[in-house]
Amino acid sequence: MDKIIEMLLQLHPDIDTSCDSLVDDGILNSIDVVTLVTEIFNEFDVTVPASEIVPENFNSASAIWEMVSGLMDE
Amino acid sequence: MKNVLEYLENTLPTNEEKICYRDKKTSATYAVVSSGARSIGTFIAQKVGKKRVPVVVFMPKKVQTVIAFLGVAYSGCYYVPMDSEMPASRIELIFGNLRDFIIIADKSVTSVIEKMGYADRSFQYDDIVNHAPDDALLAEIRSKQIDTDPLYIVFTSGSTGAPKGVCACHRSVIDYIEQLSKVLKVNKDTVFGNQSPLYTDACLKEIYPTLKFGAQAVFIPKMLFSFPVRLVEFLNEYKINTICWVASALSIVSGLGTFDSVKPEYLRTVAFGSEVFPIKQFKKWRAVLPEARFINLYGPTECTGMSCYYEVDRDFAETDAVPIGRPFDNTEILLLGDDRREVERGEVGEICIRGTCVTHGYYNNPEKTAECFIQNPLQNNYPELIYCTGDLARYNERGELVFVSRKDYQIKHMGYRVELGEIEIAAGIMPEVAMTAAIYLKDKQQIVLFYTGTADKDALLAYLKEKLPRYMIPADVVKLAALPQTANGKIDRVTLTQQYRNQ
Repeated sequence: MDKIIEMLLQLHPDIDTSCDSLVDDGILNSIDVVTLVTEIFNEFDVTVPASEIVPENFNSASAIWEMVSGLMDE
Repeated sequence: MKNVLEYLENTLPTNEEKICYRDKKTSATYAVVSSGARSIGTFIAQKVGKKRVPVVVFMPKKVQTVIAFLGVAYSGCYYVPMDSEMPASRIELIFGNLRDFIIIADKSVTSVIEKMGYADRSFQYDDIVNHAPDDALLAEIRSKQIDTDPLYIVFTSGSTGAPKGVCACHRSVIDYIEQLSKVLKVNKDTVFGNQSPLYTDACLKEIYPTLKFGAQAVFIPKMLFSFPVRLVEFLNEYKINTICWVASALSIVSGLGTFDSVKPEYLRTVAFGSEVFPIKQFKKWRAVLPEARFINLYGPTECTGMSCYYEVDRDFAETDAVPIGRPFDNTEILLLGDDRREVERGEVGEICIRGTCVTHGYYNNPEKTAECFIQNPLQNNYPELIYCTGDLARYNERGELVFVSRKDYQIKHMGYRVELGEIEIAAGIMPEVAMTAAIYLKDKQQIVLFYTGTADKDALLAYLKEKLPRYMIPADVVKLAALPQTANGKIDRVTLTQQYRNQ
């Protein structure tokens, strides 16, 4: 989870890490999402399939972490 | 034909109840578009009288915004699209450039307009869209208009930090729409899926061919471009069959493996442009859409959108670049060398454009206009302006134009034109920053900014976010003790790039 927060801060140093509307508020753009997917692969060795790249999974640090944990368990 | 509104007026009688424009929330039939535009046109005409002023349309991406554009055209004035995504400092510069203007806005930007002190010349879309239309007044305005009257001003970024407003007339837009429609083979069954923001010239591709053919355009929510499965589902839901997107939008869809879960079902024409489309991603699109036509488009805002096209007709290796092909009908490309003469076949020259598509130049900016809109150097017998793009290209052995690079440091990033110099200047304004240099890593599609001074990295980024549009924010900023210099004292960007790559 800390790693995810770190990734988000890398993209947006001024971000509120408890924000739960990163997508709905337009904070993350398409390049950010692609960067996160790449970083997740580098860090956790999991490929995020396109079917998981949906707004609900990127709206908060905890949502991203939940998605990554789920993928790691598979 | 001398006015783009004739497209709407010609198709209206047989398409009154057909949906013309739609977005996720709203759809508007041809009848609704026409009556809304005539109402707004009447309101503006009654406000400004005989004056012809820029009308800023300050609204987000939605159907109503396009109706406002057409309303401005009815009034005989010209529209200036503006979006709250633009930073306040850029908006101020644009207002400063326009001088005399009025604003059509929606409620989402009321506080911004009030803060800037323009509330007295701003009118709410919702208040004027049902204003009683005066068709006699509109007809009188039309009878006095000529086809070289401006239709819009679209702002691009300038190297001095000041945005430049490209001013285009009806005649140029009509010429563009006629040629583009032929290339895309638009017809009444075309359903466009628009990607570009409405504050760029790129959206002409959907707005006007739709009216010409009685077709339909769907404005896709920006957020969907981050979530490609949802995006393709949207294309299918709305039965979108024609798209003209920046290549990076297409690349994100294919690059994330979207086609493993969902495939576009209706797409038959895929046009891409504004930047190079990596062949690797292109092949994925072609594999999933073997029957579709793929068309590369190229052109500067200064020549009303797109000037060249190439329909993919063969396979390419991954190291190849898709050609930009040939000019549209009624447009000529001159490849000029530094001596302003045509280069030999096969040699690299600057793309200079001749034709009705050449716009009026930059609004209230004769100096910048004179720099790139020049007398055709190939003849001196009568006045004839051509536009010098600053893009370098050559002809390949098949006689197709191939893009080589930008002449200066102006880059294409995420589909936007960005001048690296503008980022350097913005950063240099911060008091704690001394020297700046921006580079672009094309393969990674990243802007990197180097600087000297006492500024903290995060503070500089925060500062830039206030000054620059989102797409111009560097992916990385690097603090250095000093910037390397070339022999003649210029900042050595080549060395900077190498050092950055090696770290």
